[in-house]
Amino acid sequence: MTQGKTLFDKIWGSHVVRSLGENLDLLHVDRLLIHDLSGSRALMDLKERGLSVRNPELCLSMPDHSVSSLPGRTLASSPDGVRLGNALRDMSAAAGIPHYGIDHPNQGIVHVVGPEIGFTLPGCLLVCGDSHTSTHGAMGALAWGIGSSELVHVLATQTIRQRRPGTMRITIDGDLGEGVEAKDVILHIIGHLGVAAGIGHAIEYAGSTIRGMSIEERLTICNLSIEFGARMGMVAPDETTYAYIKELPLAPKGEAWEAALAYWRGLPTDEDAVFDREVSFDAADMAPQITWGTSPGQTVAVNATIPAPDSFVEAELQGNAETALEYMGLTPGETIAGTKVDRVFIGSCTNSRLSDLRRAAAVAQGRQVAANVTAWVVPGSVQVKTEAEAEGLHEIFLAAGFEWREPGCSQCVATNGETVAPGERCISTSNRNFVGRQGPKARTHLAGPAMAVAAAIAGEITDVRELAPIELEGNT
Amino acid sequence: MEKLQQIQGVAAPLPRANIDTDIITPMKYLTSANSKDIHEHTFEPLRFLSDGRENPDFILNKPGYRDSVFLIAGRNFGCGSSRETAVWGIRGLGIRCVIAESFGDIFFNNCFQNSVLPIRLPAATVAELMAEASDDQGNMQFQLDVASRTLTTPSGRTITFDITPDRQTSLLEGLDDVGQTMKEDAATTAFQGKDRTERPWIYDLGTID
Ligand code: SF4
Repeated sequence: MTQGKTLFDKIWGSHVVRSLGENLDLLHVDRLLIHDLSGSRALMDLKERGLSVRNPELCLSMPDHSVSSLPGRTLASSPDGVRLGNALRDMSAAAGIPHYGIDHPNQGIVHVVGPEIGFTLPGCLLVCGDSHTSTHGAMGALAWGIGSSELVHVLATQTIRQRRPGTMRITIDGDLGEGVEAKDVILHIIGHLGVAAGIGHAIEYAGSTIRGMSIEERLTICNLSIEFGARMGMVAPDETTYAYIKELPLAPKGEAWEAALAYWRGLPTDEDAVFDREVSFDAADMAPQITWGTSPGQTVAVNATIPAPDSFVEAELQGNAETALEYMGLTPGETIAGTKVDRVFIGSCTNSRLSDLRRAAAVAQGRQVAANVTAWVVPGSVQVKTEAEAEGLHEIFLAAGFEWREPGCSQCVATNGETVAPGERCISTSNRNFVGRQGPKARTHLAGPAMAVAAAIAGEITDVRELAPIELEGNT
Repeated sequence: MEKLQQIQGVAAPLPRANIDTDIITPMKYLTSANSKDIHEHTFEPLRFLSDGRENPDFILNKPGYRDSVFLIAGRNFGCGSSRETAVWGIRGLGIRCVIAESFGDIFFNNCFQNSVLPIRLPAATVAELMAEASDDQGNMQFQLDVASRTLTTPSGRTITFDITPDRQTSLLEGLDDVGQTMKEDAATTAFQGKDRTERPWIYDLGTID
């Protein structure tokens, strides 16, 4: 009897153009997403080398990293917006690549837009010059981030050379407690496994907790795969996936839909498939998380205390903790709740979708942002923004004292000039709390949207479960 | 791509884990970075003090280590983003070989596109190499020979490392992936022809205007 296959094996296998030996394959790229930061550069490199884009119809470009999120913004509202935005627009046009410019009704962060319009489909192989491309795996796709040389390779050949990674299944079972979000689940996992645990592996997230999640929650989970070293994170497609995709603009229609559906139903991991590594978690053990350090793995439950460096066994981790605590201006042994905050950023490809904004609004409703806090809501795409406004979410945020801004990466990476000032403490729903990520000397704490709003209201890190037990219900 | 065959020089020990791509290339240089001068900002948070002066404690600022061609780093080196500027910067500083217990996957791949060799070695070996590299004022010479897959330390110890044959050949001959794949484009055309009948929805994308 032949051994069963994993979701990963099946998608990988169906994309091999040629084997290059030694676990190295040349794979077909079904979808390439291009953004203003790495994309403009790669298109320029390609041109300088006298090469052309092989399959522009399988690509899609949009500005997100460098655009301003200022209400009423244009490309000129950010320092590099005009240069990078126009370069991407012009080079896309010259190559025949569909482009969603800053005024397009589908502009947004590549990892928000791809899934929401059906550009990302189950079983497809998608790459982008951005490490959080793992996000798209939530749709049952095989997706990962690539460097700029690889990007030139994909543009010129519509293929990628890739070494086959190992497989790892992370199974999460059980019901999540009140106030525990997808973001908390993945931070909890990274905190337990460590930031290097996924290196060399493609992750499949499985188990009843994942099955019970919406696509948007799964996108949040897969988004952070790279933060523990895994380039790819994925969830097998199921009825939730198909229902989500069915009416999307770029989804197959009519007979093509039926054919695609039949194909997709064959993708999930076979019962008898074997993974190189298996780990499992119990959803009941998970609490709302807040990071205390400068790596996403440096996370604790919001009701815990700030760890002492000597609580880590390995010398290296002790050293890292010491440096991180100093950078973050935190004292070991104190409760992390109660730490004063200056800024709150709700946005990024991790947590800027409609359901994130609904949960955030549910906590914000009828409350006020603390006087010492500047709080932003940056929707992930024009579509998210429009839908949120149709529901009146923006009014809830504005009434509570949040700024309601235009879509883009914004303060997640601050390449558009929207930095957190030196020494300021920011609760951010993004995915990286690295040193200087939100600006030189900025102190970033990662959390989910509900926790971020709770911090904005209280003016300090706060357990959202104590703040808003009632409003949290029924909003996913 | 430039060839990488044999090199000899000083190795800089950087015993810190999880050095991420934001430390290697701070985000404020991302929009303007180019491969020629990005190294001026590489490792900026470690390399310079807040007033802009060089940090005398950073290894690559120390006498004897300024011209290092090897970097021996803590585990999970280059974790984080896909920015290839991280490799360009390291290369621009003159580093051609990075040794660590483990690397960020994308960084690891990017190295090979830029004639930089990342070598994974067991933690204990990395620690021993760090000790040898730290021993002197930094004029201890390490040698790399890609063809024989060996690293020779100042004390004369020879360590064999793993590298896949295709990557070894690419480094030795300075081969570029794009040119190689383009020669075989017929395989891609054949794949797409067959795949189009099995998964037509991949190729017949709707449009949003
Ligand atoms: S939102 Fe942040 S993590 Fe996501 S693509 Fe933009 S910069 Fe990268």
